[in-house]
Amino acid sequence: MKVHLKNGRLVDPASGKDETLDFLIVDGRFEKIGHSVPSDSSAQMVELKNKIVVPGFIDMHVHLREPGFEHKETIESGCASAARGGFTAVCCMPNTNPCIDDESVVRYIHEKAKSVCKGIVDVYPIAAATKGREGKELSPMAELAHAGAVGFTDDGAPISSPEVMRRALEYSSMYGLVVIQHAEESSMTHGGCMNEGFISTRLGLPGIPHVAEELMIARDIILLRYVPNARYHVAHISTHGSLDHIRRAKAERLNVTCEVTPHHFTLTDDAVAGFDTNTKMNPPLRTKEDVLALKEGLKDGSIDAIVTDHAPHTIDEKEVEYTEAPFGIVGLETAVGLAITELVEQGYLSLYQLVERFSTAPRRICSLPPIRIEEGEPANLTFIDPLTEWTVNTQSFKSKSKNSPFNGRKLKGKSIGIFNNGQMLLSQKFE
Amino acid sequence: MALKSRHLLGLDGVSGEDIQLILDTAVSFKEVLERPIKKVPPLQGKTIVNLFFESSTRTRISFELAERRLSADVVNFAASGSSVSKGETLKDTARNIEAMKIDMVVIRHASAGAPHFLSKVVASNVINAGDGAHEHPTQALLDMYTLREKHKTLEGLRVCIVGDILHSRVARSNIFGLKTMGAQVSVCGPATMIPREISRLGVPVYHRLEDVIPKVDALNVLRIQLERQEKGLFPSLREYHRYFGVTKERVDRADRPITILHPGPINRDVEISADLADGEHSVILQQVTNGVAIRMAVLYLLGSSN
Repeated sequence: MKVHLKNGRLVDPASGKDETLDFLIVDGRFEKIGHSVPSDSSAQMVELKNKIVVPGFIDMHVHLREPGFEHKETIESGCASAARGGFTAVCCMPNTNPCIDDESVVRYIHEKAKSVCKGIVDVYPIAAATKGREGKELSPMAELAHAGAVGFTDDGAPISSPEVMRRALEYSSMYGLVVIQHAEESSMTHGGCMNEGFISTRLGLPGIPHVAEELMIARDIILLRYVPNARYHVAHISTHGSLDHIRRAKAERLNVTCEVTPHHFTLTDDAVAGFDTNTKMNPPLRTKEDVLALKEGLKDGSIDAIVTDHAPHTIDEKEVEYTEAPFGIVGLETAVGLAITELVEQGYLSLYQLVERFSTAPRRICSLPPIRIEEGEPANLTFIDPLTEWTVNTQSFKSKSKNSPFNGRKLKGKSIGIFNNGQMLLSQKFE
Repeated sequence: MALKSRHLLGLDGVSGEDIQLILDTAVSFKEVLERPIKKVPPLQGKTIVNLFFESSTRTRISFELAERRLSADVVNFAASGSSVSKGETLKDTARNIEAMKIDMVVIRHASAGAPHFLSKVVASNVINAGDGAHEHPTQALLDMYTLREKHKTLEGLRVCIVGDILHSRVARSNIFGLKTMGAQVSVCGPATMIPREISRLGVPVYHRLEDVIPKVDALNVLRIQLERQEKGLFPSLREYHRYFGVTKERVDRADRPITILHPGPINRDVEISADLADGEHSVILQQVTNGVAIRMAVLYLLGSSN
């Protein structure tokens, strides 16, 4: 299969390139990259004038729900959603049933992923840090790493015990893999379903105080100082206080990284006022002050990665009382648009930085090889139209679930296609 | 005259004109309640369901009386615990009941926002009879009615709400309603039971009754629930009574009589002393009477707006 990408603007932080180029891809590898590559009649021609070509995006925080919760999402529908959203890779979280605490589950996910969507989306499982995600005994980290897990987390729940966290950091450090913390001091959050503050006071909803997140991060940083060769990553940070702790730890040169979701840098807890359960997520939407701090954190690099925390739930599961609704929203198909609208358009991120947050940094955190856009290398690309204006319509999502608070929102910029593992997917309109 | 909304979900955002209209309408219904024959026909042929997902005696009876006195047909549905634990969702329950051709739904639910959710999935008028710690608008309206009856106006009236503000829907609805009507509202309670940033609602916070009693015309005393002790929010009922109990001795130190309200049911000699609850400045039983009139007014205004 030959593909000729014409006039695409390559934005590649790895090589420092930002220029308009042609790309000839043969059997999934770059045959020729340059200005005015001669056309080859056997190649599929794709005109990318005014479009951007970037190293393939990865979402390192996705709940694919399979095995166990296939009514919400499957590996196939989740990968289709990722591909549509512009991601050539996802890391899937271990809160499945059975959870990813055994190498057989890692292998199952790998094999399933290769057989769906023509394998265009790479799926990298993140395994449980503890058996059954119960926070008591370490999972078989060596076996899991050997089977292909790219990190460890009990996401959905914190690793609460400081002793267990210490041992998880120590044990994972032998394999150079990251421990990802869902930072929440659970004794302070029980029953909570939104940010604790003025809005929760007005709505009478049980609150989740921002300090519950910050306490856990502060504790973990103290542990990391004690186990400095470990690698620690904070999932979905949501408060300016969390960012302060991470900034200080980074200044100390500790091995700490963190991520933020588009909903946390876009929405505030004001959105909860109508009791729409698509505004219920954990961590909860915070305040304007937090949103501004998170954007600044992305700008100055304190926040390494943008992730979606894609958390599919069915309509029936979400159409219940606010306190009864499950946490989480889907995000794969709105992430790039929200990031361009809220960050690039508002001057917080350059396109280089956008690529770093969506590709370079998360791949590094997950110990994945960097993507090289060079002749002879496999092509792993995301195509972006940074100018197109569109309206989110959840009914058109490839994801099985439609639980998004962004339905009807106008966005600027979106992914129009991806290329990976010798496969190309272009959005219908673009084709 | 009609209300601006088809539903009464809360008092947050309800205009002063609408509150005034409800209070004024209740005056004529209170007069009805004094008659030998206490029934009037405005809701004849209307069917109202009282959906109580949380146990309640007085609010349910008060609504039911109000409904019957307006000649509505009344169905009661009581389910304890959450709808989820019963296996049927709130949406299904409501839609099933509505399929039986209901005109209005009165809902009491342990979850904040349940009436708002309901108002989106059913076509009936929805009246909030208490949702979690969020709102209890008819309680606040009857409190305001009672205060207005006693003090002639709410404008400038100084009211302190005492007790567990954090978990109180009565407190929230009173704050929203009274502030809209120009009253000066404050709260007093243990720091553990004052919700975060409540002062942004324009409500000063006190932790000592001695500090606030000299500055108020009325105290609205909330019921203290023992289960809050188990959650570590206060150490003991004894200590609560000693420091936050509204007693005759404390109130008598003020240089003027202070009107005492309580949404009931009262824990005698816990949050309020028995002599004060039964005393000459207590309006606790008037609140109960006025509750029926207020609910008649709300039902009438919403039911005749269709």
